Amino acid sequence: MSVKLTTRQVGDVTVIDVAGRITLGEGSSALREALRDLVGKNQKKILLNLGDVTYIDSSGIGELVSGFTTVTNSGGSLKLLNLNKRVKDLLQITKLYTVFDVHEDEAAAIRSFA
Amino acid sequence: MPENASHTPEAVERMMDSTLDSVDSAEELALGFAERAGVDEDDLMKIGMAVRESMVNAVVHGNRYNANKKVRFAVASDAERFTVRVADEGEGFDFASLPDPLAPENLMKTSGRGIFLIRSLMDDFQVRRLDSGGTEVTLVKNLVSK
Repeated sequence: MSVKLTTRQVGDVTVIDVAGRITLGEGSSALREALRDLVGKNQKKILLNLGDVTYIDSSGIGELVSGFTTVTNSGGSLKLLNLNKRVKDLLQITKLYTVFDVHEDEAAAIRSFA
Repeated sequence: MPENASHTPEAVERMMDSTLDSVDSAEELALGFAERAGVDEDDLMKIGMAVRESMVNAVVHGNRYNANKKVRFAVASDAERFTVRVADEGEGFDFASLPDPLAPENLMKTSGRGIFLIRSLMDDFQVRRLDSGGTEVTLVKNLVSK
C-alpha cells in the first residue's frame, strides 16, 4: 500500500488524514498535489493528521517541509497531528520537530488555528 | 547468550534495475535477512529505511534511472553483524562535500537528508569509489548485545 489521503472539513480547518507510506514516488507526490490543491483553493488552515502513517522516508520529510513552506508563503498555516514514534523520531533527528506546530489532540489542534 | 547466537550466516547478491521497484525489492530482501538474524523491531525499521535511502541514492542520483545501468545489491548477516552493500554505475560524487542538513540555512531544504539519515540509523557507513566508476556504500548494523 502506498498512501491514502482523505480530506475533511472541520469548521474552517481542512484536515487531511494521511494513511500508509509517504515515500519517494506516489506517496510523496500525492501529498504534494493535495497540499497544492488546497493552497490553490485559498485554504489557509490545514491540519495534517499523520496518525496512520506507517512509514516516511527522506523524500516524505522533504515533502512535509515543502508543504509547510508552500502553505506558509501563501499566508496560511500547516500543522501536524498525531505523530507516531517513528515519524516523531525522524523529525527530531532532522531538527524539524520544533519547526512544525505539532499536536496530539485534534480538537485542541483545530482550536489553535483560531 | 544473544538471541541471534545460533543464526546461520547467509549472504546474497542481486543485480537490480534502476527503478523504484528495485528500491522496494531491496528493502524487502534486507528485512527478510534481518528478521531471520533476530533483529528487533526498532532496528528493523532503521535497517529498512537505511536500505531504502541507499537504494534511492543509487537508482535516482547514481544511475539516474538509466535502464542500461544496474544496481548491485548485496546483503549478508552472521551472528555479529548485518551488512548491506549498494553499488551503482553512476558518475560518483564527493560525499564529503554534502551540505549539513542540520545547518540553519539548510533546515528548510526539501532534499539532502538521505545520507544523514543513513549515518544516524546504522552503526557504520562507508563509501568508496569503484574502479569501474560507480559508488559503493556499505551499511552495518551490529547484532551483538548492546
